[in-house]
Amino acid sequence: MTQKHFAALILLLVFLTACAKPNSDVSIPPSKTITNTGSDTIVNLALAWAEQYQMENLGIQISVTGGGSGTGINALLSGTTDIANASREMKDEEKATAEENGFEPQEFVIARDAIAVIVNPENPISELSLEMISKIYKCEINNWSELGGEDRPIVRLSRESNSGTHVYFLETVVRLGDKEDKSIFCPKTLLLPSSEGIISEVRDNPNAIGYDGLGYVTDEVKMLALAMDETKGFVLPSEITANDGTYPISRNLFMYTRGEPVGEIRDYLDWILSEEGQSIVSQLGFVPVEGE
Amino acid sequence: MFKPNPIRTDRNVTFIIKVAGYSSIVFLALIFFFLMQNGLPALKETGLAKLFQSTWYPIEGYFGILPLLFGSLLVTFIAILIALPFGVGTAVFISEIAPRSMKEILKPLVEILAGMPSVVLGFIGIVVLVPYMQRTLNLPTGLSALTGAILLGLIAIPTVVSIAEDALNAVPQSYRQAALAMGATRWQTIWGITVPAAKTGILTAIMLGIGRTLGETMAVMMVTGNAAVMPQGLESIISPVRTMTATIASEMGEVAKGSAHYAVLFFIGIVLFIFSLVINILASWVSTRGRKRSERILS
Repeated sequence: MTQKHFAALILLLVFLTACAKPNSDVSIPPSKTITNTGSDTIVNLALAWAEQYQMENLGIQISVTGGGSGTGINALLSGTTDIANASREMKDEEKATAEENGFEPQEFVIARDAIAVIVNPENPISELSLEMISKIYKCEINNWSELGGEDRPIVRLSRESNSGTHVYFLETVVRLGDKEDKSIFCPKTLLLPSSEGIISEVRDNPNAIGYDGLGYVTDEVKMLALAMDETKGFVLPSEITANDGTYPISRNLFMYTRGEPVGEIRDYLDWILSEEGQSIVSQLGFVPVEGE
Repeated sequence: MFKPNPIRTDRNVTFIIKVAGYSSIVFLALIFFFLMQNGLPALKETGLAKLFQSTWYPIEGYFGILPLLFGSLLVTFIAILIALPFGVGTAVFISEIAPRSMKEILKPLVEILAGMPSVVLGFIGIVVLVPYMQRTLNLPTGLSALTGAILLGLIAIPTVVSIAEDALNAVPQSYRQAALAMGATRWQTIWGITVPAAKTGILTAIMLGIGRTLGETMAVMMVTGNAAVMPQGLESIISPVRTMTATIASEMGEVAKGSAHYAVLFFIGIVLFIFSLVINILASWVSTRGRKRSERILS
């Protein structure tokens, strides 16, 4: 091989590599791929659904990724995903962007989730009112001894601000549901990039307090019993207390599609809302939605 | 098969090499243009006064980048304090002291450390270093600037070692022989002759180490706690911080294109770009300064 041929070969290789698409279906393609992106709270549930559904419906491929509710909704707006998972409702400006892009997002409530407030098992505190938790996250209470615990500094953990859980917690707990309230997490709050990060720091650190979806909480951390205010009873989060409304912080989980879903996407969402789909919900520690 | 025409081959190869050479300039210009186009609107929409405030909570419109700026500088500064003695020390050991057999083991090991993905180091950090720091130093939390700096120091050390070692190797053998012949001990030779002679190379190594540290994202995001607090006093070394890179990485996926938040994240990108530009200019200025023209040609 001469040098010239060699150079030509290298050029050819460079061009061929440039041509390869990351998701190209060179082999015989499955008939349809559904992409599903968004909330890290929902990602495990979405994966379980996808696995089960792909087993029952050969030829359908469902690719599930996380990243946060905001990430999922943005992907829906830019057309890079078929279904967005969100642990919060779409904001008005996001809906406006959707209309600019020529579609009306359709909302599906696919499960419910209780938000557990967690501390290290060594922490003697086992119940708090929402008002106290709000004061903790606004840095008005800075030591566990102020709440009757040990003399330890409080380390506040939160998800990053692109997480739907973060926004829900801000509105419902930090601001206690008051729409006029403009208070925010105090800057000392640690923003961790993942649910697992919060669990592992709470597990290792007796100073820490954090929150996470019930489905993520492991036995290595302690859940607090919560109450709206101190006159009402303290309730531990569970499937039952979230559904009957006695546990104060539980919320809907959503899937959004670009316009009214059709074809495979429609079938998939119908299956998710069916009894079979919802039975997976309770297996993963979430709360099924009642048949509608 | 036609016979290759050597003149044509030469012309073609020259052309390909030229394209490759110029392309890096083109890419740099494109990146610069892209950053400016997306980031400069932040100055107009948000305004300099609002950008240089001390609260960062973008989903409610607080766009103060000062805590992120100082967070990055603090972590980088401590990381270099760690990487400098270890990096230069290792380079001196490999180049001047270690016997040949050991040198042949050490150098590849340092290179493996250089190739370690930072997410792996971050993972080790979160599992091992964070709980360890919290217990031994009795901190409120192990997720702190110091923990991040230790990891970043580890990431910067290989860069510092390999460039500093090259510089030490480039010192002519005759310098050392002359020093030893004058009766200097090995330590006196190293400290008085070899290291000063390689001074510019070692400074370049440190500069590039700083650049590496400032731009590192994944490992810091995992272990610094990401709390956007203004560093105040010595205590902030052991408190959580949020760096510019971690902020861009964790928030970029969320923002709507064209929003104020989007522009501000790109503005942070511009700030990082300017920092690395200054560091690189300083590095090349340091490495050419003080050398005579003849030396530059010969080296």
